[in-house]
Amino acid sequence: MQNKSTLTRRRFAAGFAMGSVAFALPMPALALTAEQSQQLIDKVVADINAVINSGKDLGGMITDFERIFGRYADVPVIARSVLGVAAKSASPAQLSAFTGAFQSYISAKYGRRFREFIGGKIEVIDAQPVKSYFEVKTMVALQGETPFDVRWHVSDKSGKNLFFNIIIEGINLLASERTEIGAMLDNRNGDIDGLIADMKAL
Amino acid sequence: MNVKKVKAFGLRQMFLPMAVAAVLLAGCAAPPPPAQINDPGEEFNRSVHQFNLGLDTYILRPIATSVVRPGGGPVSQGVVNFARNLAGPTDIVNSVLQLRLGRAVENTLRFAINTTIGIGGIFDPATAMGVAGKDTDFGETLHVWGFGEGQYLEPPVIGPTTSRDLSGLIVDIAINPMQILLPPPDSYIGTVAGAASKVVDRGRYVETVDSILYGSADSYAQARILYLQNRRFQLGQTAGDAASSDQFEDPYAE
Repeated sequence: MQNKSTLTRRRFAAGFAMGSVAFALPMPALALTAEQSQQLIDKVVADINAVINSGKDLGGMITDFERIFGRYADVPVIARSVLGVAAKSASPAQLSAFTGAFQSYISAKYGRRFREFIGGKIEVIDAQPVKSYFEVKTMVALQGETPFDVRWHVSDKSGKNLFFNIIIEGINLLASERTEIGAMLDNRNGDIDGLIADMKAL
Repeated sequence: MNVKKVKAFGLRQMFLPMAVAAVLLAGCAAPPPPAQINDPGEEFNRSVHQFNLGLDTYILRPIATSVVRPGGGPVSQGVVNFARNLAGPTDIVNSVLQLRLGRAVENTLRFAINTTIGIGGIFDPATAMGVAGKDTDFGETLHVWGFGEGQYLEPPVIGPTTSRDLSGLIVDIAINPMQILLPPPDSYIGTVAGAASKVVDRGRYVETVDSILYGSADSYAQARILYLQNRRFQLGQTAGDAASSDQFEDPYAE
């Protein structure tokens, strides 16, 4: 019994020491901090709050959302991810055209949702590391409704601090858009150019 | 003597399910979120989905949009509050079965406050007082007891669910204290209020629901992924801790 507990304590101490060394070493993979991730989402939230309280019409708001999305989101990575396996066979020109079409499509779609936030408030709660990125938690309080949970995944792998996923009450943008874009691509029998034309027509 | 007998009986009645629950809990922890969608009955589900879309197009949506304006109003809110309050006893029973006694107390307090001060549950003063309560159901109880979500299903009228959650729904109807304690037709009040609440929500969130049902390239697949993700989130399977984050992909890692 005595031995066992000593061993546990020693192992714990060793683990702790190794942990300290790890923290002391420079970690280029995690250059981004929780604080910086939270600062990015603070800016996004401030910009969204400004748009939803600007009194602009839907078209004006969607233009503004597209700008916010272009500035703070890693659109090329999101677009490539939602295109799934088709992204591997796409030419660079197709990928670039798809990314552009996707940016307009997603801004209009999420812009309409964010419009429902008029009179509401988005509050940044905290940020914590998950795998190789950070998750920033926000709560959205709309009039007459229970506040709900919106999370943002932030990474600096693109060279800039940008978000690449939004999770609303567990529903994540990457997964639901991969389903949607996949279905649109199926309707076109896998033809990416046809998909891009369809997205522009929406 | 009689009183003693009744008491002993009551205690045993309460103790037995708790003991069973404790044994079940000791045996199995709540399962981690499945990474894949399990939908072996997809072909059949899709045909029912078409039927459900028809119900929405010709019955639910026309009624909802004529009665409720987008965003809703105070009357809509009253209907939703009333229905949620009637679900209170079920929430309490399930919280106990999940051995979440803190939540059981909170749900009991909420039910008491809203039934009295909230005038039968039409208003929700409990939330303003910091007693928001926690919605739950027997599907969640099964989850806590270690059952996985099973197959994805889309039964007629009920809509997106899983085999675990559908079983839960059936049990919830059977064990609903209102159903057991009240004589008909009063016992149907919860069901009627629940249906009214569904109509109100269809009207309040008309744009969002329309965009999923009629604006998606594949509304079946879209409804399925939205339901499964949101349900797993409700059950705490997608909290942002590293242990449960495997289902969230890292697009930079490819």
